[in-house]
Amino acid sequence: MFSRILTSGLFAGAAAGLITALLQLYFVQPVLLHAELYEGGDLVHFGADPVTAHPDLPGIFTEPMRDGLSIIFTMLTYTGYALVMAALMSVAERQGHEINARTGLLWGLAGFITFHFAPGLSLAPEVPGVAAADIGARQIWWTITVAAAGVAMWLIAFGGNLVSYLIAALLLMAPHIIGAPEPESFSGPVPTEIGALFAARAFGVGMAAWVLLGSFAGYFWQAEGKRAEAAA
Amino acid sequence: MTTKTLKASAAGTSVIPALFAVVLGLGIITLTGHVQASALHDAAHDVRHATGFPCH
Repeated sequence: MFSRILTSGLFAGAAAGLITALLQLYFVQPVLLHAELYEGGDLVHFGADPVTAHPDLPGIFTEPMRDGLSIIFTMLTYTGYALVMAALMSVAERQGHEINARTGLLWGLAGFITFHFAPGLSLAPEVPGVAAADIGARQIWWTITVAAAGVAMWLIAFGGNLVSYLIAALLLMAPHIIGAPEPESFSGPVPTEIGALFAARAFGVGMAAWVLLGSFAGYFWQAEGKRAEAAA
Repeated sequence: MTTKTLKASAAGTSVIPALFAVVLGLGIITLTGHVQASALHDAAHDVRHATGFPCH
């Protein structure tokens, strides 16, 4: 059982992570680099002169070490997600739910909501340079929100009665009603256009990544099961 | 009968591998997403921003 979880998690995580890393480098990284020009003071928003919205930005792999590390860490992060997902898939399958590449799409969507969208609803994806509350406080809020959303997603998928749906709704809303840690004042030097684009791109790529991850995990889970059966 | 017994015992123990995989997965996520050691933070910086972890 453990080798099936490990194998499908590693395969799905590495494959989805690699695709995600390339999507992020193409769609998200240029926005981040653009923001860093403001963070570092190379460009100044609301200065004396209007600033071009299209500065020359370094292309992908101009900094091979930086982008290479990003690829490795994206693959690692998504492998972590995939291990958790494959483990939960094993539990769901034991309860009689079908796990395959197709149902995996929904698993991926639930994972995106849990790990990315739920915390991001109040702690929006940040461009470098934005004002934010203390990192420790935000990490605690992030962790609690992800845990609550994860339980909520499980209840929505497998609860099957009104009470579990109500508890799920409460778990999803509570962290945002209580509120995420916020900065004392705003001091971000980055234009709002860049910040908004960054959040949108991060969520969009994140959703694509998670749907791929779920589908891959479902596929490898089923394939590994068949292989083990054939070998037995 | 033998098959039934085997299946039952497999079901009984298979929570532990799942738990272990969850712990391992969350451990990796914590390392790549949350640990503030500067080498890790710098290496994972762009990923943390793009993947929605609190970074700075």
